[in-house]
Amino acid sequence: MEPEKRMDKRIRVDLNLELEQNPIIISPFESLSEEVLFLILDLLNWNPLDRKSFSLVSRSFYKLESCHRRWLTPLRSDLLPSILTRYSSISHLNLTLCSRLTDVTLASIASLLSSSLRSINLSGSRSYTHKGIECLADKCFNLEEIDVSIRVDLGDEVAAAIGKMVKMERVNMGRCRKVTDLGIGCIAVGCPNLKLLSVKGCVGVTDLGVKLVAVKCTKLKSLDVSFTMITKKCLPAIMQLPNLEEFCMTGCLGIDSKAFVILKQGCNTLQALDMSNCEHMTDSGVLSILQKCPNLFHLNLASCSSVNVSILSGLKSMCKLGSIKLDGCKVTASGLKSLSNSCISLKELSLSKCLGVTDEGISVIVAKHKDLVKLDVTCCRYITDESLSAITSSCTSLVSLRMESCTKLSSKGFWLIGQCCPKLEELDLTDNDLDDEGLRSLAGCHNLVSLKIGICLRITDNGLIPIGHSCPRLQELDLYRAIGITDKGVSAIADGCPHLEMINMAYCTNISDESLKFLSKCSKLCILEIRGCLQVSSAGISAIAAGCLLLSKLDVKKCCEVNDAAMFSLARYSHNLRQIHLSYCSVTDAGLLVLACLGSLQNVTMLHLSGVSPKGLATALLMCHGLTKVKMHSSFKLSIPQALIEHVESRGCSFHWMNKPFQVDFESSELWKQQSHDLFVE
Amino acid sequence: MDQKKRSSFTYPPRNNSPQESFNPNYDCPQFNSQNRTESPYPYDTPSQFFNSQSREWDPHALLLNLSFLEQKIHQTQNIVREMIRTNEGQNCNISELTAQRQLLTTDLTSTIIQLISTAGSFLPTIRTSLLSGNAPITQLGSSIPSASSGLSPSAYQPNPSPDYEELTKGWGENGVESADQIQIEDLDVKEGEDVGQDGDTLPIGSYEVLQLEKEEILAPHTHFCTICGKGFKRDANLRMHMRGHGDEYKSPAALAKPAREPGSQPMPVKRYSCPFVGCKRNKEHKNFQPLKTLLCVKNHYKRSHCEKSYTCSRCNTKKFSVIADLKTHEKHCGRDKWLCSCGTTFSRKDKLFGHVALFQGHTPALPSDEVKGKNEEINDKDDSGGVGYNDGDEYLDMKGGYFSPMVNFDSFSFEGLDEFSRTTFDPTETSFSFLRSGSPDFARKDPGN
Repeated sequence: MEPEKRMDKRIRVDLNLELEQNPIIISPFESLSEEVLFLILDLLNWNPLDRKSFSLVSRSFYKLESCHRRWLTPLRSDLLPSILTRYSSISHLNLTLCSRLTDVTLASIASLLSSSLRSINLSGSRSYTHKGIECLADKCFNLEEIDVSIRVDLGDEVAAAIGKMVKMERVNMGRCRKVTDLGIGCIAVGCPNLKLLSVKGCVGVTDLGVKLVAVKCTKLKSLDVSFTMITKKCLPAIMQLPNLEEFCMTGCLGIDSKAFVILKQGCNTLQALDMSNCEHMTDSGVLSILQKCPNLFHLNLASCSSVNVSILSGLKSMCKLGSIKLDGCKVTASGLKSLSNSCISLKELSLSKCLGVTDEGISVIVAKHKDLVKLDVTCCRYITDESLSAITSSCTSLVSLRMESCTKLSSKGFWLIGQCCPKLEELDLTDNDLDDEGLRSLAGCHNLVSLKIGICLRITDNGLIPIGHSCPRLQELDLYRAIGITDKGVSAIADGCPHLEMINMAYCTNISDESLKFLSKCSKLCILEIRGCLQVSSAGISAIAAGCLLLSKLDVKKCCEVNDAAMFSLARYSHNLRQIHLSYCSVTDAGLLVLACLGSLQNVTMLHLSGVSPKGLATALLMCHGLTKVKMHSSFKLSIPQALIEHVESRGCSFHWMNKPFQVDFESSELWKQQSHDLFVE
Repeated sequence: MDQKKRSSFTYPPRNNSPQESFNPNYDCPQFNSQNRTESPYPYDTPSQFFNSQSREWDPHALLLNLSFLEQKIHQTQNIVREMIRTNEGQNCNISELTAQRQLLTTDLTSTIIQLISTAGSFLPTIRTSLLSGNAPITQLGSSIPSASSGLSPSAYQPNPSPDYEELTKGWGENGVESADQIQIEDLDVKEGEDVGQDGDTLPIGSYEVLQLEKEEILAPHTHFCTICGKGFKRDANLRMHMRGHGDEYKSPAALAKPAREPGSQPMPVKRYSCPFVGCKRNKEHKNFQPLKTLLCVKNHYKRSHCEKSYTCSRCNTKKFSVIADLKTHEKHCGRDKWLCSCGTTFSRKDKLFGHVALFQGHTPALPSDEVKGKNEEINDKDDSGGVGYNDGDEYLDMKGGYFSPMVNFDSFSFEGLDEFSRTTFDPTETSFSFLRSGSPDFARKDPGN
């Protein structure tokens, strides 16, 4: 393995020196002190394989690595007890990838990591109940953080069990729909040190529970009550929390402007307020919030359709707002003007899907706020190069610029971006009229980390190659339906961007195995989408599997040339593969069975696999223990025994039976683009 | 037994008191009538009481009462003697004996009532004489016959005499006057505060304030038969009872509810004061809130100042002093689904949360049927094939009260939270270890070691 080799090389330098001086020493590694080794371990963080190589050096290295490790994200729960006997000082345990987690496992974790465990993340894991959490509460007395979100079936008992953890500081119960006020009350009373609580989507939680939390947990800093039934009754209590900094109430339909207008006392410590999707929020409410919470920095008003920005002119004093999200609000040029006048220093502004945004409005904003770091003008279809010239001339420190579907922009504007925004890290130009000239000029943004140029049909290799040469930090590249791109462009990216983690080349029909072979050099690659790349075959996938060991998501839908050979190499190398989309591939029973041996696999979509028999499918389902979600054609529903399906479901897997007809041709990208434009015209 | 004899000893001092003329149903009038003979106006004003010497208890009246009691006891003795004699003679028939016994019971009851009444009239006067500052109001109740019987005078006067008209008038005027004084006091003390929480709050001074004594409030019966002395709670029941004493009580007029005279002047509005000094319902209180009716007085006094002697037979925890409250509670007892860790139940969730918010360490408790599930054993085996770890039941014993909710919550609420996890579960810790007997490695991972 490559990382191992590199490690050996690095150590061998020291080793040679020592050998020259003391040829008697048999094991030179023993002379390295623990402190030095711990320092080395501190630096080995980004790639799990490095640590593995380290621990394979010698027994003492193995031991040291075991002692040093604090964070653990296991892929399978069945090996947990043995892993934890090795890593006995784990303090942060992330079990989100263990789809199935029984009470017995939790009990063993509790007894093995009783004093060291501080944080446990059980989000999305299934099968455990309140009994497991109670074991944790009894044994792990240092537990400070727990995440039990996305357990729709968990009720108040779990909350009551969490309420027994005295040192608990951070609790996330998002989407535990059966939790009611009683459970929240137990947490409120039992966890006096609570600093963060999220009851997002807990529809059973009402004012009473939230009020009790506000009364009992005075150390609370962050509270998320999104999508609950709270009304104005609990707001006064929340606003009296002495340490509250972050308050999120997305989609609370029970909250209206009046709730804030009648509020006697605002919260001085509040810094971030998220009121997106509060449909009953109007101007007066926003105004009174800004008056009553003087230290507010982040304000999210996304989808509050009845809020008009121009009300900000009614503010008497300047507000300290630094970040505003106004997605989908009523925005006019005058409104933006008042916004720019009343806010002292705006750092982040999101105007996505605001229909009233024009060149004038943008110019006013950027002229006043030259420190703007993030700007989102997604779907502001009326802005032109004029806006871009205003933005680029004043906001030179821009880090993130998102302008998806701003179709009136031309290459002149993109040239300005490349010239004036050297700090730009995130750029979204999806569905723009970008051409090679424009793309080439974007190469001036050397710090780009994420570049999204999907549905830009005019770009070719000539534009992409300069990007590959000048953007070494690139991690994320979206080339969705960029039909002009060929292997040449991809090879430039693979050569120039070693940190690439995600690449989307779906429907780039000119891509072949060569591209994948180039990309296999990017060892950090974990997400690869090559849907509809007809020229890609098993050879390419095998190269990727061997080169990119961290691959976790793979989409090879409609890559008809991909067959069992690709599955064999995936099964051999890709032990991190979690999600695979195999529809329309030429995989047979053998390939599927081999793939099923991958313990980490959780999410499989397999429609229209002509080579797969019901028997093979059934065996594969049985073998794959970690499955959480399977999409299959509904025709298999009858041919696979019902008992087997039930058994697999009982292990925590959900079946999605699709009934799509077999599609041979796909619509051309031009047609697709045309449709997206028609949508806009309407 | 001869009626004549009985009536003669039961009601000796039926003299020409003014009250007798307008309140024929009223019984035990002895001491009151004595009072009245002394001061002709029973509805004396507080000020008059205060000035005159009549607020001192009247020794003559008491003497009279006592001598009456003596007489009565003598007569009872006679009956008993007669019974002994007839028993010795052995020639008695059973019916005669039964009748004698009944008579004896009645006489004894009557004597007891007399004694209580006498004492009742005597004791309060002692108290008021000691706390002379509060005299006017406290004195009132004891000296007003209607009040002592728990009746308002207007309701029981079939034929109001002119005297009575005068009396009520005088009383009303003086009542207003006294209330005025209170109002002035009140206004001096505070301003702008709401005087009463009842919807129909009357302005101070627009009503009379009556105050009954504790004994009068707690008396089981308020209506007594003038012939045999039997007590009743309701006037109507007394009238039904009176039918047995002769045909003259069977007439429609005697049986009808004594209606108020249509021509009579409307009675002034009455409000009541609680005799408990310091109570908000007491007249002396700064924010005095009067009670509306006699029933209110009774219930208020029992609820607020009496021992709660009625215990719910279902839950054995809730106690009440008013039996009606107990009955109301028993209707709902067991249906209180909102439970606190301290054992208190609530019928409403918001009440529970208010309680929990108020007290440190109290936790909302989950309904018991949900908690029951905790005692179940974990039988959910790890069928994914946990290596070397899958036969959970072998060393995962969750029985034996480990998850017993009561233990949890008790210790939760009353002890330190740290102790909770440590001490309460120590005994079971061994039963809940995940060790196989032969794997000492695991044991060393325990925090204690």
